[in-house]
Amino acid sequence: MSDAIKAATLEYATRLGDDSVVLGHRISEWISFGPFLEEDIAYGNVSLDYIGRARMFYTYAAELASDGRDEDDFAYMRNDREYRNLLLFEMPKGDFAYSQVRQLFADVYYTVLLPELVQSKDETLAAIASKAIKETKYHLRRSRDWVLRLGDGTEESHKRTQKAVDALWGYTHELFDMDETEQLLADEGIGVDVSQLRDAWLKRVTDILTEATLTVPEDSWEVKGGRIGYHTENLGHMLTEMQIVHRSHPGCKW
Amino acid sequence: MTPEENFMRKIEAEEKIEPKDWMPDTYRKNLIRQISQHAHSEVIGMQPEGNYITRAPSLRRKAVLISKVQDEAGHGLYLYSAAETLGISRSEMIEALQTGKAKYSSIFNYPVLTWADIAAIGWLVDGAAIVNQVSLQRTSYGPYSRGMIRICKEESFHQRQGYEAMLALAKGSPEQKAMAQDALNRFYWPALMMFGPHDSESAHSQKSMEWKIKRETNDDLRQKFIDQTVPQIEVLGLEHPDKALKWNEERGHYDSSDLNWDEFWSVINGNGHCNRQRLEHHIAAHDEGEWVRDAITAYNEKKRAKKAQNAA
Ligand SMILES: [Fe+2]
Ligand SMILES: [Fe+2]
Ligand SMILES: [Fe+2]
Repeated sequence: MSDAIKAATLEYATRLGDDSVVLGHRISEWISFGPFLEEDIAYGNVSLDYIGRARMFYTYAAELASDGRDEDDFAYMRNDREYRNLLLFEMPKGDFAYSQVRQLFADVYYTVLLPELVQSKDETLAAIASKAIKETKYHLRRSRDWVLRLGDGTEESHKRTQKAVDALWGYTHELFDMDETEQLLADEGIGVDVSQLRDAWLKRVTDILTEATLTVPEDSWEVKGGRIGYHTENLGHMLTEMQIVHRSHPGCKW
Repeated sequence: MTPEENFMRKIEAEEKIEPKDWMPDTYRKNLIRQISQHAHSEVIGMQPEGNYITRAPSLRRKAVLISKVQDEAGHGLYLYSAAETLGISRSEMIEALQTGKAKYSSIFNYPVLTWADIAAIGWLVDGAAIVNQVSLQRTSYGPYSRGMIRICKEESFHQRQGYEAMLALAKGSPEQKAMAQDALNRFYWPALMMFGPHDSESAHSQKSMEWKIKRETNDDLRQKFIDQTVPQIEVLGLEHPDKALKWNEERGHYDSSDLNWDEFWSVINGNGHCNRQRLEHHIAAHDEGEWVRDAITAYNEKKRAKKAQNAA
């Protein structure tokens, strides 16, 4: 592996790890707050899958960095300006509709992304993707079901769900942005060219939202910056909470 | 043989009582009280531990904690179903919890302040629960007994993980070790009280023993737990919180300090740090979930109507 490719792959694995840990953390905030016990369990399942992915991506990043850092150094010892996750995933959990709509957007994203990543020439990335594909199938079944029921449920649930769709839509454009790092990896057959995936994503999302009697928003605004560490104000608070114990005891084992 | 005689015959012959079997009304009520209280404890217990999910100090610990809390939710579900076989619905039980008619284990009225408290809960609280639940595997009511067998397996896993987390702290930095000692000091006594008051003062003990709902007395189970915990504390290298603890050769057990039952009753009666918080949290989540549950009902209703229309 050339130095340039190695550096890009390290950055890529870190990004994917950041996406997973941030979304997994947000989902885990629901545990004991769900509308009924079965949902607490389901939230636990999904957040565990994402935390598991984060650990695999970070472990690989640490291996590539080979500077003595481990998965926890990536998760706990980096500031919000160093985090490279997509903004969509750092938004606060909001109400149940908000979290389920965000989940639907994420699940459809991974549904179109992972089958590409599975073909990566990088065996580690391909292996992580292969495990994640199975999880995402279950995740999407669940978030799709929820959006259908909430969208086509009561007047109130419809209103809340449409509001969530509108509030989150402008954060979805960033999911399909490429930069030099990702372009290099896509050209090498290591990373995924996400710019090619928006049509497939949009078609699936549109189908589900339409079936749920919801309106697909106009593309009238977009907020971007996660991949360069230009975050919303939410991430700092999230990381403050997530990192407090770890950072209060530097160098300790848990 | 009258149904009553047949019931007592089964109890004596160690046969399980099943949902469709005749049973005395007080047996049924007693079981509903105990199983629902157990279910509520699993569910309320998700809060103190859930409280640290977002702050867990490593990704591995975070995953382990999420999966533990998720297990507890599963135990709650499983126990609610066992209670439902006795003719009460989950929503009735939840209402009883939220109006204070039904209780949950008072251990969860104590605040979880540090990461070491999470370790101590896994080790001591799940540990105490197991001692009780292993005994309940032989309880006379079939669905409850089978539930306990299934739940115990996961609880021992929780205890091992809790102990292992405690060990990491006890062998860690001086601050980590102090944190572990502090957690042990605070959770040891309430864990002993989880077995309930002395049998002489326990309102439900005697009848429950006769009917073999309970198989061992509160004090016997507590003694088991005291004995098994001593070597565990030694391995941790922590100080035992009970300064009066002493091996009694004659009894083959440890003698220990009297428990502060005034404090126990005081916490149960509303003076714990978290009594109000736990119930308010449960009620708030339940109330906030109402529109979601309504949405499911409405959605299913629409689908049903559509199906009926298509069939017509
Ligand atoms: Fe438990
Ligand atoms: Fe449990
Ligand atoms: Fe447990």
